Amino acid sequence: MTRFLFRRLAILIPTLIFVSMIIFGLQQLLPGDPAIAMAGEERDPQAIAELRAKYNLDKPIWVQYGLWIGGILQGDFGESIRIQLPVSQLLLEKLPVTIELAVLSMLVALLIGLPAGVISALYNGRWPDYLANVIGLWGLSTPNFWLGIMMILLFSVHLGWLPASGYVSPTEDLWANLQAMIMPAFVLGTGIAAVFMRHTRSAMLQVLASDYIRTARAKGLYERVVIGKHAFRNAAVPVITLGALEFGQLLSGAVLTEQIFSIPGFGKLIVDAVFNRDYAVVQGVVLCTATAYVLLNLLADIAYFLVNPRLRT
Amino acid sequence: MSELAASSPAAAKKPAREDSPTRRAFRRLLRRKGAVVGLVVVLLFVCMALLADWIAPYNPTEADWSALRGEPTLEHPFGGDELGRDVLSRVIYGARASLFAGVISVLLALAIGIPVGLLSGYAGGVVDGVIMRFTDAMLAVPFLILAIAMAAFLGPSLANAMIAIGVAAAPIFVRLTRAQVQSVKVEDYVEAARAIGNSPARIAFRHILPNIWPALMVQSTLTIASAIIAEASLSFLGLGQQPPEPSWGSMLNAAKDYMSDAPWMAIYPGLSIFLVVLSFNLLGDGLRDALDPRHRD
Repeated sequence: MTRFLFRRLAILIPTLIFVSMIIFGLQQLLPGDPAIAMAGEERDPQAIAELRAKYNLDKPIWVQYGLWIGGILQGDFGESIRIQLPVSQLLLEKLPVTIELAVLSMLVALLIGLPAGVISALYNGRWPDYLANVIGLWGLSTPNFWLGIMMILLFSVHLGWLPASGYVSPTEDLWANLQAMIMPAFVLGTGIAAVFMRHTRSAMLQVLASDYIRTARAKGLYERVVIGKHAFRNAAVPVITLGALEFGQLLSGAVLTEQIFSIPGFGKLIVDAVFNRDYAVVQGVVLCTATAYVLLNLLADIAYFLVNPRLRT
Repeated sequence: MSELAASSPAAAKKPAREDSPTRRAFRRLLRRKGAVVGLVVVLLFVCMALLADWIAPYNPTEADWSALRGEPTLEHPFGGDELGRDVLSRVIYGARASLFAGVISVLLALAIGIPVGLLSGYAGGVVDGVIMRFTDAMLAVPFLILAIAMAAFLGPSLANAMIAIGVAAAPIFVRLTRAQVQSVKVEDYVEAARAIGNSPARIAFRHILPNIWPALMVQSTLTIASAIIAEASLSFLGLGQQPPEPSWGSMLNAAKDYMSDAPWMAIYPGLSIFLVVLSFNLLGDGLRDALDPRHRD
């Protein structure tokens, strides 16, 4: 176990260093001189020189990177030029909102994806299987921002059942919060449910064909015990770890979903930052999501390792 | 005598050509209903994009005040948008931006991914280690977030969106090419090519690449689907195609402000994205089944 952990960590650290380099490198894509871009329309030479000194733009690039990463390791992500607040504060404010959305979406995805996958495998080649596959492909191919717009059209504009936007903090009013979150969570969750469905289906088909299932049936166990206890538990292992990998897609999708439903989370933060040319915020959001993704993958690997006795030597 | 003639190289070659692996794979592809539907719909959209100048009933950027957020009628089957432009014509021209962005960004991803993946898989050692850590790092940033960040720094335009999507998708192809190279490079024919003194570059491009091509083709088709969604997403956020030029994503962006009085502005562009993406996914799934040597007919 310790050896496995060490090996995983040995890969993790260079990966994170490269992630930080890529994100730092993004600002090199800015056309022209960033100081001039930041100084705005007036192009006051003195302001440009001040900005250059303030953001260390007059130093060699590797020194700039060193200063930047050094700051981040101490929790200093720079300052938002637009709102004049530390980026770390903005990140901490918005993070819980996106985490709530992500957790709810994951719940939706699991509640739809796992049963659909199991049913599809049990009825392999018959109509429930085809139906599940069609719905799965539909889920994979629908752009979630369009699904969001269509749901607002149906449930908010026509039926008036749910609010189209207006985020309420769960500590303020949990019921109103859930009402505002149910549509976005559904929109984000269905795309991932399709992925879960496909993987659960193939994992179940594989497990159902194995000897111990035949043994369990031969022992005369009830079919629901065979399926629920013997087959599903084994099939669920790779699918659950897949959840961590899908987290990246969830964060990508959250950007647009938050935009449509006006949810003040990470996605809204990065989009607003993009339009305000608030590059420190963009970098902060990207760095946070990438780090979260890498760490979740590590957790998934550890979980996989723990539940799979064959890997333990 | 006749037996001898039948086994002569010339005679043996003919039936082999008639039943080439490509042809066999294509026949298998055509037997899959989903893949055929996907192929037909993709071709229809390609025709629509190419022939937009002839089939679009109106100029996609010309405002007609009488059709301002107008309901679908015989003159404007898909209705009018917030400036009175014909939604049908904009959907037809929008296919250009979407398909173009999908194909070009995947070509870019292939142009980066194949050489880097070949190098990584073939060279091994430190080179491979560094390339893989860098690829892991790229893959650690969620695809669309990386594309948004890059498009943000490059500046909003369709070309920059394509660059951002292509670069963000490249690591998938680096990984795939590398994995394929590693499984192929121990094969006897690669050993033989090395033994007769071919250069590593020649072995990589002439002997390894053709053998890993099917896997790359399947992944490309599926990635085009993701790239089209990514372009629509970037355009929806205002980072892709710039107004007044039409793109499905930017049409949806405009539509979301008029949802109660002009829902058709949102329905048709979204439906087009859905159809194209679905078709590429169906085609990709079909190709995977058809090109997989385990599915023999």
